[in-house]
Amino acid sequence: MSGRFGFLGRRVLQLIPVTLGITILVFFLLHLVPGDPARQILGQHYTPEAAAEIHHKLGLDQPLWEQYKLFMDRLIHGDLGDSVYYNQSARSLIAERMPATMFLIVYAGVLAALISIPIGIIAALRRGGVFDQATRIGTLITFAMPPFWFGIILLLFFALKLQLFPVSGYGNGFTDHLWHLFLPALTIALAFSTILTRTLRASMLSTLRMDFVDTARIKGVSRTTVLMRHVVRNAIVAIVVVFGINLAFLIGSTVLVENVFSIPGLGELLVGSVSSRDYPVVQGTTLVLAFLVVLVNLLTDIVHAALDPRVTYE
Amino acid sequence: MSVVVGPSGTLLESLERRSRTSRLGRGRITLAVGILILGTMIVASLAAPLITSAKPDAIDPLHPLLHPLSPGHPLGTDSFGRDIFSRILYGGRIDLLIAFGATSVTAVVGTVIGLTSGYAGGWVDTVIMRIVDLFFAFPFFVLVIAIVAMLGPSVFNMFVAIWLTSWISYARITRGHTLGAKRQEYTLAARALGYTNRRVVLRHILPNLVSYVIIFAMVDAVGNIVLGSSLGFLGLGAQPPSSEWGVMISDGQNYLLTAWWLSTFPGIAIILVGVGFSLIGDGLADILRPGD
Repeated sequence: MSGRFGFLGRRVLQLIPVTLGITILVFFLLHLVPGDPARQILGQHYTPEAAAEIHHKLGLDQPLWEQYKLFMDRLIHGDLGDSVYYNQSARSLIAERMPATMFLIVYAGVLAALISIPIGIIAALRRGGVFDQATRIGTLITFAMPPFWFGIILLLFFALKLQLFPVSGYGNGFTDHLWHLFLPALTIALAFSTILTRTLRASMLSTLRMDFVDTARIKGVSRTTVLMRHVVRNAIVAIVVVFGINLAFLIGSTVLVENVFSIPGLGELLVGSVSSRDYPVVQGTTLVLAFLVVLVNLLTDIVHAALDPRVTYE
Repeated sequence: MSVVVGPSGTLLESLERRSRTSRLGRGRITLAVGILILGTMIVASLAAPLITSAKPDAIDPLHPLLHPLSPGHPLGTDSFGRDIFSRILYGGRIDLLIAFGATSVTAVVGTVIGLTSGYAGGWVDTVIMRIVDLFFAFPFFVLVIAIVAMLGPSVFNMFVAIWLTSWISYARITRGHTLGAKRQEYTLAARALGYTNRRVVLRHILPNLVSYVIIFAMVDAVGNIVLGSSLGFLGLGAQPPSSEWGVMISDGQNYLLTAWWLSTFPGIAIILVGVGFSLIGDGLADILRPGD
């Protein structure tokens, strides 16, 4: 037990350098802008005065170290800077867009689990059978399928032709969200379940080969009980770990798919901010999404440690 | 039923060998199908002028949105009357360039970094691996968008963004296997013979882990082609009037109800290339690593 506790303690400590690293990387993003960011932002409205004001706002009129200090000082106070396009702070823009993205990520995660857990288990139990082969071909195709394209195809059939679902938007209220976000969530879930199904199948197969499975069977435990108690339990642990590892992928797909279905989330905000050269919003969104990954990874590690007593620090 | 066992082999060994041979056979078929699919796509896009006389950017205002299988336009035309088949063939040059150009550079750079990190150990390893961990904390796609946002949307900047971010997977894989290989007797022997570090790494360690890199590179190539087309779709990669497949899908989005083929065919092209790469990767895994 102390091993697990120690694991979590060290895991939380590990967050400090990673979090700092994220802030440094996001800070330096602005310095990737070729030439003067103010010139890029202002475009044809460029005047030396306006440029000086932007320099001051972004802290660019100070030495690099001071700039980072300013960036961190603002960040600690929850200030991500002001949007140069909207008349609003980046923080309030991000806060407005956050709920739709979170809803979509969770929704897609649940759908992905519902799709991949049964498929992965059946494929592993009937290894080499028709179902397993079909799964192999299915995941081969879905892995190569661009999520935005699949989203468009779903949109064409279920929203435009059959008119079962809305074409875009987020809706009002929980059930309305569920209805509006079904196609986007399904799009993301399908891409994500490719990874989940493959991992689950492989994990099931390796557990089925373990000695404790044979031992339990020899002891006279029924096949179903062995499967549920030992094999599936281990496989679920594997799923939790894979969820954590691939969360970044899930978020990436969400950013993409939001733009197909015009969902007012962080992904739409991020892509929109690229064309308006809204650097503070790009930085803020990137920062928030990276923190989200770090946080959820920590959560999955905690869940993993709770489910699996064998977990220790490396 | 009796099982024939070779004079020197036990039953288990012969069973294992049999499953290896069947993996090898299956691997060869998978690899062949993959090469066939990908090869066809490569040849078709390189030899586009020989296959179709239609120019990918030739506008024909009299024949917009022609259905597939129209005379002279096997996959129809888009809203400007441009031939879809020709656009897919020429656009494939960009997407295949993304798959090969982005993947090969990151594979080489990442492998060198991973080899260095694993072989050198100590603080070099610690620093490199902390940087790798840091990059892994970012949602990869978001980081690529953020870098493109700063550099400005273009195909070249998209390459830069992928180069900057996706070496980390190769570094992690290579470093892990280098650590393993460092403890193997052949490495100790090579070092005992007084070979330089460079020679030990390049001639003794690298050949033993290069198959892992190649197999992963095939998966990565699929990821890069999906990534490249996604950026094109979002307007952050190739720019219109380019016929990069993601851009074509985006162009067709406005005509979904009236002309489904505009967005559908470029997507199928992406899937074909991706499946080709995946099959090559699976086949190579069966052939090069039959024991895994």
